[in-house]
Amino acid sequence: MAGGPSQAMLAELSSRPGRDTWLSSLLRWLLIGISLLFLAALLIAPLITVFATALSKGITAYLAAFHDPDTLSAIRLTLTTAAIVVPANTVFGLAAAWCIAKFEFRGKAFFTTLIDLPMAVSPVIAGLIYVLVFGLQGWFGGWLQDHNIAIIFALPGIIIATMFVTFPYVARELIPLMQQLGNDEEEAAITLGAGGWLTFFRVTLPKVRWGLIYGIILCNARAMGEFGAVSVVSGHIRGLTNTLPLHVEILYREYNTVGAFAVASLLTLLAVITLVIKTLVERRGYKGH
Amino acid sequence: MAARAAAGKVPLVEPSILPGFGLTFGFTTFFLSAIVLIPLAALVSMAASSHWDDFVHTVFSERALASYRLSFGASLVAASINLVFGFILAWTLVRYDFPGRKLIDALIDLPFALPTAVSGIALTTVFAQNGWLGHYLALGGIKVAYTWIGVTIALTLIGMPFMVRTVQPALAEVQSDLEDAAEILGASRFYVFRRIILPIVVPAMLTGFALAFARAVGEYGSVIFIAGNLPFKTEITPVLIVIHLEEYDYHGAAALGCVMLSISFLGLWAINHLQSWRRSRFAGAGR
Repeated sequence: MAGGPSQAMLAELSSRPGRDTWLSSLLRWLLIGISLLFLAALLIAPLITVFATALSKGITAYLAAFHDPDTLSAIRLTLTTAAIVVPANTVFGLAAAWCIAKFEFRGKAFFTTLIDLPMAVSPVIAGLIYVLVFGLQGWFGGWLQDHNIAIIFALPGIIIATMFVTFPYVARELIPLMQQLGNDEEEAAITLGAGGWLTFFRVTLPKVRWGLIYGIILCNARAMGEFGAVSVVSGHIRGLTNTLPLHVEILYREYNTVGAFAVASLLTLLAVITLVIKTLVERRGYKGH
Repeated sequence: MAARAAAGKVPLVEPSILPGFGLTFGFTTFFLSAIVLIPLAALVSMAASSHWDDFVHTVFSERALASYRLSFGASLVAASINLVFGFILAWTLVRYDFPGRKLIDALIDLPFALPTAVSGIALTTVFAQNGWLGHYLALGGIKVAYTWIGVTIALTLIGMPFMVRTVQPALAEVQSDLEDAAEILGASRFYVFRRIILPIVVPAMLTGFALAFARAVGEYGSVIFIAGNLPFKTEITPVLIVIHLEEYDYHGAAALGCVMLSISFLGLWAINHLQSWRRSRFAGAGR
């Protein structure tokens, strides 16, 4: 957790003189109450709604949503996209972190800012830029059409748009972690005669493994759930270029409420699993950056 | 300033016995250029290559201006709501122990992990006029779904974790011996809060505000369902960009995209400055 209280701190706070007045306990319960109400309206009510609506016509109707061939192909497409994007961004994140954390070079701060750039860009713009590059009237549009290569409104477009959106996720976990852990062990390994790859796999990788897992699960959650960027480049062709989040939109717009929320419940489950893994990693003593 | 002056004397790459600089720097630069920089350059060049009159016409059209008002207005309101409730949440999670605290703490990150389309349809269902919360609000005459209030609620949900996760560590950093000392010297609880806790936490709150605002301005998935997307009324700027694209008006889409991109960079710049200001404040205070 980013900043939960330690038991010692809580005990220390409560032992202070004047802490157990009626005023302070009133304030305490008031603030806890406001917090819980705020979260209940904003977070818990929508969460319950997803499952309640998905199951509102019974379990058979719920399961029927997953027999729809379009849903199955959306699941396949989302898994395929994540299977390509997550490893690619993991390799990128490792390379970027090695380069930035292990070496001092001119322009490093600017270089790091550029890696974080996709975080600040609207998902719609992330999709838009690839349409401008690969779309019919874009930079390479004519050439691609002549050679019969489809990028926009096809799988490659979905993959690169997702890659853009999840680009910094692994790198931004690893860079501060590697900087904090320092280079001493790596330098010792190299001095003792280990090669670069051996040092990386036997010294660095074990050192940063929790941070790496943390970055990968967040990257994966965003890759599977991305909506805006993918929506712009996908073309929404049912059974072909429809990812799970886009499929939710189509079903919802067709007033197939049970179907939309059934698919949404699958994505919610993914989010909950992501949070559970994240919490487990944090229990190991790793704090996210 | 000192760092900038020293940077001139730094060699291009400082010598190190660790291998792999060329490989990793080259790979990172290649990937960064291919995925991020060249496509972003395409956006700027497409906008720059359109006629100036067309550019102005698109960027300052009545419809575009209405969309900025909604996008930026609702994002500001949402970030302000988060300023208050995010602080209360962070305070509750750091200072109090109560049953379910760990679960609540883990739930804070849900808007990060939950696909935006899911939060979009779920919020719309909850706040629709026949929804769980929507029908109580409708009794009071407040219509949420398909109005700017709905947009604001969706943006509040999206920005909430940014505020809480920025303020939480800052609150945890407040040294309790400072508070003890102040209280021993006779300061009231409110005085301690105002003079010791707030000065430490305010920079973090401003950073959280900027992060939540920046995220909200660009948000698409969770807004489009609850907004209804009526031109001039509930149409956010990203939706207008998509509409231009669907009409194959690439230049118009690129022009609006450039406006949003400039604002995002302005936000990024502000966040970086806030963070270095925070660092210098803490460095100046001394330990």
